[in-house]
Amino acid sequence: MDVGRHPKIKLLAYSEVVQITGYIGNFHVKVRKKARYVDESACTACDECVKICPVVKPDEHQLGFATRKAIYIPFAQAVPAAYLINMEDCLGNNPIACGKCAEVCDPKCIDFDQQDEFVEFDVGVAIVATGMDVCDPTILDEYYYTKYENVITSWEFEILTGPGYITKSELLRPTDRKLPKSIAFIQCVGSRSEKRGNPYCSNICCMNTVKDTLYLKDHHPEMECVVFYMDMRTFGKGYEDLYKRSKALGVKYIRGIPGDVVQDPKTKNLIITVENTTTGKLEKHEFEMLVLSVGVIPRLETEQIQRALTLSKTPDGFLMETHYQLNPIDSPTGGVFLAGCCEAPKDIKSSVIQASGAAARAERLLSTGKVTVEAITSTIIPDLCKSCGICADACPYGSITVDKEAKTPAVVVSAACKGCGTCGAECRFGAIEMKHFTDDQILAMIDAMLEEKPEEKICTFACNWCSYAGADLAGLSRMQYPANARLIRTMCSGRVDEKFIWHAFKKGAPVVLVSGCHFVDCHYIDANRWTQKRVESLWNKMERKGIRPERLQLEWVSAAEAVKWTKVMNAVEDIRKTVTKKEIEETKKILM
Amino acid sequence: MLEQSGNPDPSGAEELKIGVFICECGINIAGTVDCDELTEWAKTLPDVAFAIKNRYTCAEPGQQEIKRFIKEENLNRVVVASCTPRMHEPTFRRCCADAGLNPYLFEMANIREQCSWVHSDRKQATQKAKDIVKMAVAKARLLEPQQELEVPVTQSALVVGGGIAGIQTSLDLADAGYPVYLVEKEPTVGGLMSYINKTFPTMD
Repeated sequence: MDVGRHPKIKLLAYSEVVQITGYIGNFHVKVRKKARYVDESACTACDECVKICPVVKPDEHQLGFATRKAIYIPFAQAVPAAYLINMEDCLGNNPIACGKCAEVCDPKCIDFDQQDEFVEFDVGVAIVATGMDVCDPTILDEYYYTKYENVITSWEFEILTGPGYITKSELLRPTDRKLPKSIAFIQCVGSRSEKRGNPYCSNICCMNTVKDTLYLKDHHPEMECVVFYMDMRTFGKGYEDLYKRSKALGVKYIRGIPGDVVQDPKTKNLIITVENTTTGKLEKHEFEMLVLSVGVIPRLETEQIQRALTLSKTPDGFLMETHYQLNPIDSPTGGVFLAGCCEAPKDIKSSVIQASGAAARAERLLSTGKVTVEAITSTIIPDLCKSCGICADACPYGSITVDKEAKTPAVVVSAACKGCGTCGAECRFGAIEMKHFTDDQILAMIDAMLEEKPEEKICTFACNWCSYAGADLAGLSRMQYPANARLIRTMCSGRVDEKFIWHAFKKGAPVVLVSGCHFVDCHYIDANRWTQKRVESLWNKMERKGIRPERLQLEWVSAAEAVKWTKVMNAVEDIRKTVTKKEIEETKKILM
Repeated sequence: MLEQSGNPDPSGAEELKIGVFICECGINIAGTVDCDELTEWAKTLPDVAFAIKNRYTCAEPGQQEIKRFIKEENLNRVVVASCTPRMHEPTFRRCCADAGLNPYLFEMANIREQCSWVHSDRKQATQKAKDIVKMAVAKARLLEPQQELEVPVTQSALVVGGGIAGIQTSLDLADAGYPVYLVEKEPTVGGLMSYINKTFPTMD
């Protein structure tokens, strides 16, 4: 494969990203390169070590259907073409125990003392292409995947018919190692279910089954193939043709998802009960093998990258793009792009399209060679700074330094500041000004909002990335909510200074809502933890002052949660209705 | 691009002249919000020197109108009441910059996603749109010109994941001449596709 040989590509296989810091155009990356115990560059893939290795283990790349040694190569065309030792399986380099592979290795590339290595480098852009995983069929065990050997998943079907398997691409029935005379596929296992598995359509399973039936019919025209489905989704170019070809070859498609599977104890055949929804009749069918067409799920390991790059997820767990239709490749973090199934389940063609798109989007930045940082960063007013250091503590990016001993004013590195404004909200001396989101500007907006009939209004602060975007999505989806909501957009809920909230109450606001991202979604790492801390302290202060704390609400609403946004708005409106004019006047007096 | 100067220094005693451009967005906004009433009302706000409504402010004629009136009316602050700033703030900032106005002297009022699209009652929606415009004007009065910081872009890319998508991205970027670090957690690249025998729709 070309990636292993390309002079411009540094391939770090068997490696994990452990840390990413920085910002658009300037990321610093730390990668852990796991020990292979084999020198990749010296290995000639001669296979002598594998031949002599005495340890036989199930091969993960064949889902355990075949075996490998303790020293192995995942598959013949692997890139890099080098062996690795699984140290948990290896007997160890003790002459009494083993060490045989090192003895036979001619280029002397086996090194039992190899350690994990850390590699660090700088990049201008990052593309996340962490892929997807296959759904676990045990969650729907009415098909007895765990009990009946002749029930396999579509993923196992791939391995069993793949070139690497010992049967040489021939599908054999697990119980008797014979070619099955009949086979059935059940669609949507783990997909399109609100109760178990996942509510979404996994996109690729229908076509995968069509492909599997064609493969079987090409090799064994006499084999009986039946597909049980809810809806066949064959929407891509050339897909419908393939579906028609499958039907023309005699594959039977029955609309209805089986409810029950029973194994014949003698023949090990599987008897399926299904309601054929086209005829409305309950039917029984017998097959020698059953394939569960399993859906796909987001990959768990993506979460680490998601956090490191402050990306968001949609409710299905896949990574969120900037805009559904118009910006489906950029992530909300500048300089970070999404490619392939980490964004949503998709077929190979769509993955390749998105990958090329991501490369083009990245090149657009790289070829310009420079990027402008929005002028919304924080500025220190040196004369007012008391060098207390709270701003440095609050900054999620470590972009502020304060020498408390020397009592010199705080210093901001503007290129590293992302403009969340948490420092500005935390500073008690008014020594920090957030460009373009200044205290005076926000206070003026509050004044304008509450100048007339303040008692009727819901004063809301919404963060740009999640809550404001969630409110936008409610609009895009034409959802309705009370018309008395008035929003002030800040980049982060961390910007919402105590004084904004007191000011709103002083001006007669019946309720104030502060809304930000969920903790894992915060676009400023964890700035919204400061929001929470601040609001909790405000609730205490309100209590002590004799102002009902319910009048200050805190909610986390993501960019995808339009429904939640409307619910929150309705709930806050219910609270607003309980606030009387008299109560508002009393609050004003208290805060005078 | 954003470094044009030539605009008035607001810290000076220069008189504020705010222009308000109300977008009908076809019927997206005008269908629910009374844009004529809103425009007339905007003219009464403090420091608003000029207000007009357009059919589509983001379209070329709409943008030309902003540029023309910035010059003709000597506007030194611009408020556009239309869709979400998450969509067209960059568009209008560029438009102001083209007319010689510092792009940070522009403010947006979201009367579509957060008003006309979520409220069906014309009276209530118009009332809310007025408040949204009033709040934007209040902020616009205090806007100051800003200079954007320019930072260099390191000429290399990180690709996380060596499946078909990661491989394709890496090859495209590398072929274009940029160094790529491709990080794969498994001992080999190839991802899930390396398991697959035949692929649809070509069956190869």
